[in-house]
Amino acid sequence: MIRYIAASLLLLLVWIGVAQAAIETFNYANDAERERFQALTRELRCPKCQNQDLADSNAPIAADLRREIHRLMEEGNSNEQIIDYLVARYGEFVMYRPPVEKRTWLLWYGPAAFLLIGFCIILIVVRRRRHEALPSHVQLSADEQARLASLLEKKNS
Amino acid sequence: MIPELGHLALILALCMAVVQSTFPLLGAWRGNQQWMGLAQPAAWGQFTFLLFAFGCLTWSFLTDDFSVTYVAENSNSLLPWYYKFSAVWGAHEGSLLLWALILGGWTFAVSIFSRQLPEDMLTRVLSIMGMISTGFLLFLIMTSNPFSRLLPQSPVDGNDLNPLLQDVGLIVHPPMLYMGYVGFSVAFAFAIAALLGGRLDAAWARWSRPWTLVAWTFLGIGIVLGSWWSYYELGWGGWWFWDPVENASFMPWLVGTALIHSLSVTEKRGVFKSWTVLLAIAAFSLSLLGTFLVRSGVLTSVHAFASDPTRGVFILAFLLVVVGSSLTLFALRAPVVKSQVSFGLWSRETFLLVNNLILVVAASTILLGTLYPLIIDTLSGAKLSVGPPYFNALFVPLMVILMMALAIGMLVRWKTTPLRWLQGMLVPVLIASVVLGMLAAFMLGDFHWAVLAACSLASWVVLAGLRDLQDKTRHKGWIQGIRSLSRSYWGMQAAHLGLAVSALGIVLSTQFTAERDLRMAPGESVELAGYHFVFDGTQHFEGPNFKSDYGTLRVSKDNRNVAVLHPEKRLYVVQRSVMTEAGIDAGFKRDLYVALGEPLEDGAWAVRIHIKPFVRWIWLGGVLMAIGGLLSMSDKRYRFKVRQRVSQSLGLKEAQV
Repeated sequence: MIRYIAASLLLLLVWIGVAQAAIETFNYANDAERERFQALTRELRCPKCQNQDLADSNAPIAADLRREIHRLMEEGNSNEQIIDYLVARYGEFVMYRPPVEKRTWLLWYGPAAFLLIGFCIILIVVRRRRHEALPSHVQLSADEQARLASLLEKKNS
Repeated sequence: MIPELGHLALILALCMAVVQSTFPLLGAWRGNQQWMGLAQPAAWGQFTFLLFAFGCLTWSFLTDDFSVTYVAENSNSLLPWYYKFSAVWGAHEGSLLLWALILGGWTFAVSIFSRQLPEDMLTRVLSIMGMISTGFLLFLIMTSNPFSRLLPQSPVDGNDLNPLLQDVGLIVHPPMLYMGYVGFSVAFAFAIAALLGGRLDAAWARWSRPWTLVAWTFLGIGIVLGSWWSYYELGWGGWWFWDPVENASFMPWLVGTALIHSLSVTEKRGVFKSWTVLLAIAAFSLSLLGTFLVRSGVLTSVHAFASDPTRGVFILAFLLVVVGSSLTLFALRAPVVKSQVSFGLWSRETFLLVNNLILVVAASTILLGTLYPLIIDTLSGAKLSVGPPYFNALFVPLMVILMMALAIGMLVRWKTTPLRWLQGMLVPVLIASVVLGMLAAFMLGDFHWAVLAACSLASWVVLAGLRDLQDKTRHKGWIQGIRSLSRSYWGMQAAHLGLAVSALGIVLSTQFTAERDLRMAPGESVELAGYHFVFDGTQHFEGPNFKSDYGTLRVSKDNRNVAVLHPEKRLYVVQRSVMTEAGIDAGFKRDLYVALGEPLEDGAWAVRIHIKPFVRWIWLGGVLMAIGGLLSMSDKRYRFKVRQRVSQSLGLKEAQV
């Protein structure tokens, strides 16, 4: 029994490990539709795979979903409708482009904020460095001046 | 017997690493010469034992010793010898051994090539590297011993190497990548040693810069090889997917790029020392984070080649120790006295800061995108995907800003630049690049804004480089002037040219790819982007450990034969897995790319045909950047002989130069 389970597990692993191109032959109304299909399947994630989009996955579920998307497109659905349809069934997990909402604000706007803050810091650093052009303590005090003069005299004599 | 010897050698190497990381450091602290003297012999001993252990594992593979678990799981008697050899690093345990070996090799190299360093500095560097090595060897011996046996019931034959890895690209890709990852440990060790010794100065930057350049170069080559491999081996026609594992290698590369730039400011002008140290710590920590992500299985990735929670916990703990202790040390020892160096807005210092900012923001964006699903999952249990559309949307604008700043950064001078002079230099470049961009965008086919932008930006970078070259040679004339420029200058030029070439390759191949998936019966033909493809059917043929359907497509253009392509569909018999081998006709201006899908009725096949203009440029740019790294590294000023001569003529002790 154990051996049987092990064998079926192994088979399952092999099935997951299949790495080959998912190539199918759909007919499209025109080239724009073809490109739309390609763009759509590249933005959607295969729900059962490790990390592959629908266009490239060879898993049976991905093939089913590609057929489904093709059918929905032929029925005249818009991209949004198709995505909504898939999200309703498989959750937001299928979207490679996470929606902009409260919990993804950090994700979408964080880098821009980081960049802006960084630029401000650079400006501050540069301002400070510019004002340091002649820092006060580089100029010698009266005592030091006197000592320097005496040293120079010693050297010259 | 041999595997046991290998195991023993691993344990001895660990002992050596422990010695190397403790006594010399104490010696450097207490001023004990004898204890300091232990660093070099310990490093050499450790490297020797690791080499021996690696040899033992290799021997087990080449002699088909399937009583060793790791060999049984990753090899097969039918495997050709070179894949048996590369199978040594084909899975978790062996690749970790390779990692440890490379770390030992780097330590050995540092102890040889940096002998002229002040003794306490060298001792500290070697000690720090010994600590890292101790961590990895403990990890290897405790959780992932490659030498453990399957006794008494050892299998008759092995489970075969993952067919995906049976490829030339994959023989070279992991070692290159690890050379890069591990190489950043040298920069890290130099930074920590400088913090410990309290000598964070221009000399430190000069010492660690060539090592950082080598590591960066190797990592770049590793990434290029990985991307190229996924292009021709996976049959999907893409070359980058922003997969967590790809990101894991790309983040340290980006931070490493920032580091080599920041080191140059620290070396030449003695500013931004603390920042440079932070970058060195970050580059190595990101390398470790990459290891953690790949080997713990916390993230789902197509590459997840060893997912084991206990291993994950170990690396996570190690990562926290490394990051935590180095940041604590940084907080305690970072220079308190600010350097008295001034510079203006239009100065190279400012623009190198901008470079660093953009690269660090880019790396952080990738980190954020890679970890966000994990964070959301932990916080709310929701499943979220962050994929290519997100990364492209954020990364591309950053690169646009980077390239805009790059050209100015190349031309501005240290300290400050007269704005009028700078305008005189750059306005012609700006006009020329916009004109060139427009010309290219209208001549290359359908007009796309992306193409216009990419061509203009690439011209902007390249022309600014040429303008700088012209300026640098204006007093001596072209020939004399060009010969007098240093290698690190040429390295800089080559790497920046590489960036422009890659950017062009990425945008042009993405915009102008023509792609068809279709059913083709033998004798049928199809026309795509001016090329005529005729399918001649498939033949059956048997490889050493696979069966193959070997297809033939003849390609012609304007009735002239262009190429004969042979896409393959292979069934690897041991693992029963199917692999696609794409048929590719590579060219400077375009690739013809054909892959076989499923067999259909009557000898017909589902066939994927791509025409990818300028796709090679992506990797060509990467190669140019690597050449740039090597050129800079081999610059005269990093060679010790010169330094010796200079120091002698100045009457200084060597150590002070």
